[in-house]
Formats: sequence, structure tokens, C-alpha cells
Amino acid sequence: MGSAAGPGNSGREASWAGDANRALNRDKSGGGKATLLLLADGRLPAGGHAHSGGVEEAVTDGRISGLDDLRRYLEGRLWTTGAVDAALAIAAWDLGDAVPLPDAAWSRLDAEAAARMPSPALRAASRAQGRGILRAARRMWPTPWLGDLAGIHPDGPLSAPALGAAARAAGLEAGDAALLACQNATTGPAWAAVRLLGLDPFSVACLLAELAPSVEAVAAEALSQGAGIDVAQLPALGGPMTDVAAEVHASREVRLFAS
Amino acid sequence: MGSGKTALVAALARSLSDERSIAVVTNDIYTTEDAEILRRAAVLPDERITAVETGCCPHTAIRDDITANLDAVEALERDIPGLELVIIESGGDNLTATFSYGLVDRQIFVIDVAGGDKVPRKGGPGITGSDLLVINKTDLAELVHADLAVMAGDAARQRGERPTYLISLAADPKGGPVAEWVRRELRSPACIAVAGR
Ligand SMILES: Nc1nc2c(ncn2[C@@H]2O[C@H](COP(=O)(O)OP(=O)(O)O)[C@@H](O)[C@H]2O)c(=O)[nH]1
Ligand SMILES: [Mg+2]
Repeated sequence: MGSAAGPGNSGREASWAGDANRALNRDKSGGGKATLLLLADGRLPAGGHAHSGGVEEAVTDGRISGLDDLRRYLEGRLWTTGAVDAALAIAAWDLGDAVPLPDAAWSRLDAEAAARMPSPALRAASRAQGRGILRAARRMWPTPWLGDLAGIHPDGPLSAPALGAAARAAGLEAGDAALLACQNATTGPAWAAVRLLGLDPFSVACLLAELAPSVEAVAAEALSQGAGIDVAQLPALGGPMTDVAAEVHASREVRLFAS
Repeated sequence: MGSGKTALVAALARSLSDERSIAVVTNDIYTTEDAEILRRAAVLPDERITAVETGCCPHTAIRDDITANLDAVEALERDIPGLELVIIESGGDNLTATFSYGLVDRQIFVIDVAGGDKVPRKGGPGITGSDLLVINKTDLAELVHADLAVMAGDAARQRGERPTYLISLAADPKGGPVAEWVRRELRSPACIAVAGR
């Protein structure tokens, strides 16, 4: 259920500003570690398995052919897409739960998120994933405002704001939303590479284990930056290849993944 | 692959599109080939045929994480008011491919005579649990030395009360008995799955 908190984030800033530790250390009821793990589980029926996070195109055009390439790709993705997605997820978490839903603020966040994704194909793929996340969240934590959110975004919210909203509906903290965004930015592409290249899954698991502290660091950084920032000021990191490659991928006749 | 799933989807569209408002979702593995075949066959207008990508895991897309398929069905429902029947073709091609009932109301499993007459005996969730088992390409039985009576008998043993039809879509491109089964079985709106080899 939506809380009685008014629109805007003024009353809630203090609750999450700069405190990354809250992500894994909370006392309130509702979302706890088990809930966070559930949302992070790749088996959650939210549609993520059909997306490779750009890995399929990178494999096709030769940028990723083995574990070392994959490591560089994931690091790059974490510090760009991951960082931006974490910031967007936090911003969405912050908007969530207000009754009535602040439509204008959500639309603005959507516009800011879309502006950080120049490729139309990438935006379409992100909205497809956002719809999946929202569909699952509405079943798992039914609150009226999640339904309103779907109404505001007829084509679906972009995936990072959707993740932030889901985290909020699940009773998780802003830091959890950031962590989920960073985790999604790395694990999805990593497991797609296993399928596409036949990599040793244990080697990829090791790679992800090595990356875990960076995932936490990027999420914590987003959390410390996020407090009270106007959404227009959120980070806008990216790599042009991500967008160019997404367009090429979408135009290919033969592909296994949706993005 | 190749048992006649796409041929059956086309047959159902041919038989039923006069009576009901129909759309199709294909789950191709590499390309949008099945969707293209259906578009070329012109059994339905293009906007009623959608393809989803399954990320190397066609089984996941119809069973564990049905999101992409639900998304496609919902988009069709939004774009085609009054839609009554959605047929989803699986891209998976083995005997364990089954659909989630979170996605579909009934599932049809298709195998073919050319795959050998021992297939029904082997069982598996598709053979035993599907709502209708279709053994297609009976026209090829003699050529491949398949014994149709053996196939029918094994299928009956595996399936208990559940029906099995032996058909040839080459001889009957409207899939008569299967279309009749769909008519009997399903009130609209409904979603049916076509999986199989
Ligand atoms: N001889 C024969 N061929 C058939 C029959 N039904 C389908 N086919 C052919 O089998 C091939 C594979 O059919 P398709 O429907 O694409 O199989 P799918 O991979 O299961 O979708 C195509 O060349 C069809 O024309 C049939 O009853 N008899
Ligand atoms: Mg087919």
C-alpha cells in the first residue's frame, strides 16, 4: 500500500542520503535480505533471460571472444551503464510510494533516463525489460501506485526506473535498488556470454565474484551522489559503441537475444 | 524441428479465422523464420503475427519466464480489440518442451511419423501431459517404415484419457480434426500453445 507521504522527495532524503550500509542492514519490516535476493535472482520471471546486455552483438562483431574481453566489457558496463542505472533506480525509488503518484516527476525521470540512451533499439529493449519487471512486481507486491506507474508509461518504464519502483514496492531501501541495477548490469551479460561462447561457467562465476566489490562500490557511489540531486544532474556516463552496436544488433536477421 | 508446428499453426489460422479473431506469436530460435513463413502463407494479416526472441533458451520463454510471450500477447490484445484466440508456437524442439499454464489455456504437442515410430513410447512431458498429441505426416509412414498402429497404441498407453490425432497436414492443410478439437475445447478468449519436435 502507498504511504501517506506527499509527492516529492524532501521528507525522505534523510532516510537514505549517503548511507550505503543501509542496503544490507535494516530493521524495518517488509523488504529484507531475502526479498533483495529474490529480486536479484535471474530466474525471476521478469524477462531478463532474453537480453544479453549487448554481449551478443559484441560477440558477433568480435569485441568479445573470451574471458579477458568479457572482463573488460563487464567493467566498462558496470562503471557506465551500471552507474547510470543505479542513479536512475535510486531516483525512481525516491519517487515511489507517493499518493497520488507524482506523474510529472515520473515523466521527467523517464525523459532523463531516455536521454541517456541515444539508441532507439536500446530504449525499446529497456522498456520491454521495464514492462517485465513491473509485471512481476505488481503480482508480487500489489500496490495501487505500481498500477498507476504502468498507466503513466504506456510502452513500459525503462528498466532502471522500473527496478527502483519494484524495490520500493518490495519494501527495500534505495541502496538495494542501486545494488540491483549494478548487479543486473553485470550478471545478465555475463551469463549470456556463457551461452553464446560456451565459456567455462565457473570461470565466469569467478569473474563475477571478483567484480562483486566493484558492484558494491558503484552502487554506494550512486547512493552517496543521489541525495537530493535534480534528475537532470544525474550521471550520464556511456559508451557510444553501446548504442551503435545495439542498432546494428536490432537490424540483424539472425539473433538469439532481444538485445 | 520440422514436425509441422508452423504448418499446424497455419492450418488452425486457415480453419478458424473466419469464425474467430486470431493472432499468432512465434518463438523462433535464431530468426523470425516461422513468423515469415506464416506471413508468406498469408493465413493472417501481418499485424496479427508477432515473433519473440528467446535468448538461446526457447524452453525458458514458454515455461519458467513467460514474460516475453505475455508481453507479446498483451500487445496483441491492446492493438486488436476483440481478439479471441492467440496461438503460440514454441521454438523448442525436444520432448521436454512444455508450456506454462500461466501463459496458455491448452497445449498441443506435435511429433511426426518421420521422427520414427518409437517416439511415443519414449514419453516425456510433451507426449504424456499435453492436452492434445498430434502425430503428423502420416503420408510418410510407408516411406519411413513407421507403424502407425504402434505409434497410436504407445501414445494411448502414455496418455490415458488424453486424445491423440494422427494426421497429415500435407493432405489436409486445414488440419480438420485439430481445428474441430480447438472449437470444442475452447471458449474465447483463449490462448493455445503448439509445441513439439
Ligand atoms: N510430408 C509431409 N510434410 C509435412 C507435413 N506437415 C508439414 N510438412 C513439412 O515439414 C516441414 C517442416 O514443417 P514446419 O511446420 O516448418 O515444422 P516446425 O519446425 O515443427 O514448425 C515443412 O517443409 C513442411 O512443409 C505433412 O503432413 N507431410
Ligand atoms: Mg516452426
